[in-house]
Amino acid sequence: MRAADALMESLKAEGVTDVFGIPGGANLPIYDAVVDADFRHVQVRHEQGAGHAAEGYARASGKVGVAFATSGPGATNLITAIADAMLDSTPTVFITGQVRTELIGTDGFQEADILGATLPFVKHSFQATDPRQIPEYVHEAFHVASTGRPGPVLLDIPQDLSRADIDYEPRTEPVELPGYKPSLEGNIKQIRIAAKAMANARRPIFYTGGGVINGNAAEELRELAASDRFPVTSTLMGLGGYPASGEHWLGMLGMHGTYTANHAMDKADLIVAIGARFDDRITGKLSEFAPHAKVIHIDVDPAEISKNVGAHIPIVGDVKQVLPKLTREYRALQTDSSRLDEWWATLRGWLREHPLYYEPASDGEIKPQAMIEALHRVAPDAIITSDVGQHQMWAAQYFGFEQPRHWINSGGLGTMGFGLPAAVGAKVACPDQTVVCVAGDGSLIMNVQELATCVSEQIPVKVFLMNNGYMGMVRQWQELFWDRRYSSVVMGSSPDWVKLAEAFGATGLRVDRAEDLEGTMRQALETEGPVLLDVRVTAEENCFPMIPPGEAARDLVEAPGLKGSVGG
Amino acid sequence: MRRVGVVMMEAGTPQLVKLEDLHVPGQLSGRKHILSILVENKPGVLARVAGLFSRRGFNIDTLAVGPTDDPSVSRITLTLDGAVHPIDQVTKQLHKLVNVLKIRDMEPEETVAREMALFKVSSAVENRAEIIQFAEIFRAKIVDVARRTMTIEVTGSADKIEAFERMVRPHGLVEMVRTGEIAIGRGHE
Ligand SMILES: Cc1cc2nc3c(=O)[nH]c(=O)nc-3n(C[C@H](O)[C@H](O)[C@H](O)COP(=O)(O)OP(=O)(O)OC[C@H]3O[C@@H](n4cnc5c(N)ncnc54)[C@H](O)[C@@H]3O)c2cc1C
Ligand SMILES: Cc1ncc(C[n+]2csc(CCOP(=O)(O)OP(=O)(O)O)c2C)c(N)n1
Ligand SMILES: [Mg+2]
Repeated sequence: MRAADALMESLKAEGVTDVFGIPGGANLPIYDAVVDADFRHVQVRHEQGAGHAAEGYARASGKVGVAFATSGPGATNLITAIADAMLDSTPTVFITGQVRTELIGTDGFQEADILGATLPFVKHSFQATDPRQIPEYVHEAFHVASTGRPGPVLLDIPQDLSRADIDYEPRTEPVELPGYKPSLEGNIKQIRIAAKAMANARRPIFYTGGGVINGNAAEELRELAASDRFPVTSTLMGLGGYPASGEHWLGMLGMHGTYTANHAMDKADLIVAIGARFDDRITGKLSEFAPHAKVIHIDVDPAEISKNVGAHIPIVGDVKQVLPKLTREYRALQTDSSRLDEWWATLRGWLREHPLYYEPASDGEIKPQAMIEALHRVAPDAIITSDVGQHQMWAAQYFGFEQPRHWINSGGLGTMGFGLPAAVGAKVACPDQTVVCVAGDGSLIMNVQELATCVSEQIPVKVFLMNNGYMGMVRQWQELFWDRRYSSVVMGSSPDWVKLAEAFGATGLRVDRAEDLEGTMRQALETEGPVLLDVRVTAEENCFPMIPPGEAARDLVEAPGLKGSVGG
Repeated sequence: MRRVGVVMMEAGTPQLVKLEDLHVPGQLSGRKHILSILVENKPGVLARVAGLFSRRGFNIDTLAVGPTDDPSVSRITLTLDGAVHPIDQVTKQLHKLVNVLKIRDMEPEETVAREMALFKVSSAVENRAEIIQFAEIFRAKIVDVARRTMTIEVTGSADKIEAFERMVRPHGLVEMVRTGEIAIGRGHE
């Protein structure tokens, strides 16, 4: 069998049903095989789009996302998405064509050392040197991408190898990689110690993250939180892991997190970190982070433990396996829950006195926060993807995610232009669900070409553009920390988004009055096919709360106008 | 020596764990470490290891790579300063490389470490005798003699090589080449 066809068979054997990509010289044999392949291939309009679509697909479905690109510029166009998948631990496999073996190292036409270029941000990578390796490498790539701490794996295939003939046999045996053995169970002794520490804590808090989503452990998390009245906060990446309507929910923490979540971390005596990695957007000034807290850190990646913040009780393992054990051990202790009364009284006080707040508009203007609240009313169960900026933070703060895998954004790399292609991927993965991309005007234009993909491939995503005429997040920093000297942040009203949508063959809509907002949103959701809704919102609104960069959680600044705001 | 944050407490103790009793063990050992790393003998593996060090800002003092008794496995021996780098974090990051099979943080007392160096020293007639004498004291070998220079091979611990360097430097050190340390665990009785 031709190796390119064996590649298709191998992908099918891994359960692949959808791939995103663009052909070119070096992967012509692969694309020839695509014609007869048993899965859907979505022809995107830019390889970055293919990469983010694969990410969106993976994050919505939990399956491995796959993207194809040709050598040289095709491969380098994937790089941002690969780096993005690395920082957000997204299970993805990227398959690039490479120049013919004899041209490697000669600066041949469209040669780029993609293996070398991506070394710092792949979980693992392979370059085939023999066509018979291809099925083996595919099998290993999917295993590495999807197990332990998930991440991107690159497979680079020289053109001559994918044309070669090989004997193909499906690889079904478990992968044996001598240097790769994630530990998943969690040490039971450590788990017992953790349960006992939790039983003794008077001001505990669960600090949960993307690991809960990745590990499909939302239910297990709810169980553990319910085993006593444990307060729960989450990172940006963990939203939906615990329902926002849940009894113990304090809101998101970190730079744009709630007053209560951040102050709770600051006052806590015990932090239970569950699949979260103490990013600097959480810790702020490291030396003043959670000064009173002991730390239980549950993470499948041992290198995350004590990397940024020392762990008193480390537990290396998969949340899906560790949390039920911890719940069992904790319940067995039959602790007296009343020790948490005082803590909850404090927390409830904060929740009451320091809610998320914005000054309502008086004159029919659409406040960006109100746009997200309206979105929640019209599409509470939608999968929401987002770009990067203020709109992303407002979506995180105001949407109120109830379920895992319903919030898909770029947290670690913070890639503008992520939202639309990610929505494409999410919609391909979950065709029966409503998928809405909350876009920024600065971000959307970076990958707006994927509207063409939506139209031609009939992927009916709804893009709700939060149009503030600015690269708002940067404008906010320039306003607050750089003397309001605005530098290269104005987007103005170009392009005309409605016409642009129509030019692509999608439906374009616009709304600029608060009273029309919900109606137009509903219209967008009910219109068949891809829709771009241009929502004109307040231009110079700032996103609060905010912990000023380099400061501690307790230095959080609240929205002006909220009684007793500013400082703690 | 493991420096992972393990709590020193017996599991199964009936009483609860007191939060005051929990501590995070120190991260910096304050001494030199020799890491002996077994890796798959495949193209690009050294680049992955070296890239990891530069990306994470870990400074390698010396690095030696060579085959092992198993042709599919190579050994990377590297030394780094445990006063600057949390060795535990270094080894955990290394373990994430799929091609890394095994890492040993060599215990100083239980390790034989050796390095080889070649010194080309200018040797005028007047100081030739003295240099030969140094070489004898250090059990070094003179491996090349030319009209104006002598080349001496020294094998030993890094300390010994540095001591030899201090001795010959005043006589005019033309060039020095060092291999970087390699190490092996001592045999047990
Ligand atoms: C403009 C902007 C503003 C931001 N502001 C904030 C903010 O205010 N608050 C905030 O929280 N973030 C914010 N972020 C995001 C931030 O940069 C980080 O991406 C985020 O905090 C990381 O989330 P996490 O700790 O959940 O880690 P993730 O990156 O999601 O990593 C998951 C962790 O879980 C582990 N893990 C994975 N799978 C499993 C498993 N099965 N079992 C156990 N462990 C597992 C991994 O090893 C890893 O350590 C912002 C980003 C941008 C772009
Ligand atoms: C690719 C990329 N370039 C630059 C940045 C820096 N950056 C972060 S937020 C932002 C502004 C985003 O503007 P917009 O999409 O309009 O979102 P808003 O903040 O206005 O909601 C910029 C430029 C980035 N995160 N990604
Ligand atoms: Mg904007």
